[in-house]
Amino acid sequence: MAGSSEAEIDLTPAMNLEPVPLLDWLIIMPVAWCIVIGTFLLMMRKNTAQQHLVAIPAMAVQVLITAGLLSQIIINGPTTMVMGRWLPPFGIAFTVDILGAVLAFTAAVVALACTIYGIKDVNHSGRRYGFYSFLFLLMAGVSGAFLTGDIFNLYVWFEVLLIASFGLLILGSEKGQLDGATKYAFLNLVATTLFLIATAYLYGIFGTLNMADIALKIAQSDGTLPLNTVAGLFVLAFVMKAAAFPVNFWLPASYHTPRVVVSALFAGLLTKVGVYAILRVYTMLFSLQREALEPTVNIDALSFAVAIVACLTMLLGAIGALAQTNVRRLLGFLVVSGIGMMLIGVAIGTREAIGGTIFYAVHSILVMTALYIAAGMAAKLCGGAEDMTKIRGIYQKNTLLAAITLMLFLAVAGLPPFSGFWPKLMLVKASIELIIPWWAPFSILLTGFLTTIAVARVWALSYWKPEDDAEDMAETEKGNGALGVSDFVPLIALTIIVVAVGLFPQSVFELAYQSAEQLINPVAYIESVFGSEVVE
Amino acid sequence: MRTLIFRTAVPYLASLMILFSIFVLLRGHNEPGGGFIGGLIAASAFAIYGIANGVAPVRRAMHFHPMSIAAAGLLISSISGLVSVFAGVPFMTGLWGSIYILGEKIKISSILFFDIGVYLVVVGAIASIALALEERERE
Repeated sequence: MAGSSEAEIDLTPAMNLEPVPLLDWLIIMPVAWCIVIGTFLLMMRKNTAQQHLVAIPAMAVQVLITAGLLSQIIINGPTTMVMGRWLPPFGIAFTVDILGAVLAFTAAVVALACTIYGIKDVNHSGRRYGFYSFLFLLMAGVSGAFLTGDIFNLYVWFEVLLIASFGLLILGSEKGQLDGATKYAFLNLVATTLFLIATAYLYGIFGTLNMADIALKIAQSDGTLPLNTVAGLFVLAFVMKAAAFPVNFWLPASYHTPRVVVSALFAGLLTKVGVYAILRVYTMLFSLQREALEPTVNIDALSFAVAIVACLTMLLGAIGALAQTNVRRLLGFLVVSGIGMMLIGVAIGTREAIGGTIFYAVHSILVMTALYIAAGMAAKLCGGAEDMTKIRGIYQKNTLLAAITLMLFLAVAGLPPFSGFWPKLMLVKASIELIIPWWAPFSILLTGFLTTIAVARVWALSYWKPEDDAEDMAETEKGNGALGVSDFVPLIALTIIVVAVGLFPQSVFELAYQSAEQLINPVAYIESVFGSEVVE
Repeated sequence: MRTLIFRTAVPYLASLMILFSIFVLLRGHNEPGGGFIGGLIAASAFAIYGIANGVAPVRRAMHFHPMSIAAAGLLISSISGLVSVFAGVPFMTGLWGSIYILGEKIKISSILFFDIGVYLVVVGAIASIALALEERERE
């Protein structure tokens, strides 16, 4: 550190010399806060009895930070902070628009629910192995992915959340968990490698990794660049992450093995990060070039392929759910089905369709987490059984849980008046309006129908149907005793949000439309990075 | 590997390596070196100490659990990025100051603390892996 040969170079032209308003720090705080708390929890991981006392308030603060960020972005439009004061595109930029802020906020809400549910679900050895610190590091990765404005940095956050998710997945070190984790790890590493290769190509073409800079250069490109290849690689990598057909098999194979709270967290967050990445890269960056080349309403080849993948994914997910008897596996297939629903909006690509995708993503994060928590509670009532044939008479045992689960089932099937109905409506409407083959809206409706049958089957068999043999009340009593406040609080809170979004969808509609607008026409996004004079 | 010669030489060797790793860490500011490579050298010092004397003495010598050391490193690194909030500059901007020790001017920066954090992360993580592997072998 003794700077003997320090040359005096004037660095000021390469730097942003304006002071940074304190509110801009909200951009980086979701990530920095999670890392600080995660490391702190790692240091106190031997004190298993006190960990949740730190984790729950800290996650509540995370919700507040992201809520503050969201309100800032709604008021001021997209905002950028470039790390280390360097000017973009050289410094690593965090650029937040409404889409990123909405998803980061929803993710924080869901993570808070999982933190509370984890009090009882994760035992002392799970905490000793770092459940709460992995949870916070996972949240750092997820928030970083939602907020970053640099494509290589996006890759880094994918890695961070992937490593944290490996840790969470094998928290019990059981045989089934290792089996699931191997499949999960392998396919995700392949996807990450593809993502890295695609990023390298993109860097080779444009010489920049800043998303706003890439957007500018793509908009000015003359059509001779191999952009469709790169876009295809990106889509393939992200589709793997999002668990779409035909690379979806890792999800149902691994999501039923870890602890319930971990499945709930993964089902809510991980696949949606993949969908978010598709929206950010495919819709925001590469659609600019498509628009410049062929400004028609016709759907291009790559989008057509995405549409086919989307329809197959949602149908396969729904049919797979019909075939399962293990409730958590069934829910895994419903996650996959929802991914198909989101991808069809990406394929259509109009403002309405993208809005539908974003709305569906928010709905899916909330509902899938709540459903996994509800399934975990039902399993607790029946002595840990997860098979539909073994879970019996939940309605008899705990009416409140059965009622909440019914609401969530209706929401995931997309029936009004719950949150799943509105995005589906938007997507069907958008797919009818655009010139897209008839099978797209048809498979959305068919998927809704099949999902309804699949969840109705579970509810009728495991919840509604009374227990055949009069089982001794002692076990029921014991089962009811297994559920505590920390189980019901997150479930009820998430269900209230789901119902509220279903009953008063107006504000979510507006946010979804605004973020779709910002994605399709990212002028404000680019201006927030480079200033208004760059964009003509 | 528990030969008398090795066991006698290792304490000197390990302490030299740790000293050298700190030198490499501090040198890394303007010349080749830095937290990552320094951390690797320190971790290999702990590893050979473990090979010679068994894992338990290393754990005693380290006092803290290696994972806690790694966590503390990450904490130091992130806080060194966060202090720039007080200077009104973006996250991770390097801040410079200087102190005088025995009349000698020494530059201190937030980057140095970031690097120390990296050093600790690498020491903790690699030592944790190495010790776990060595433990398994003995069983």
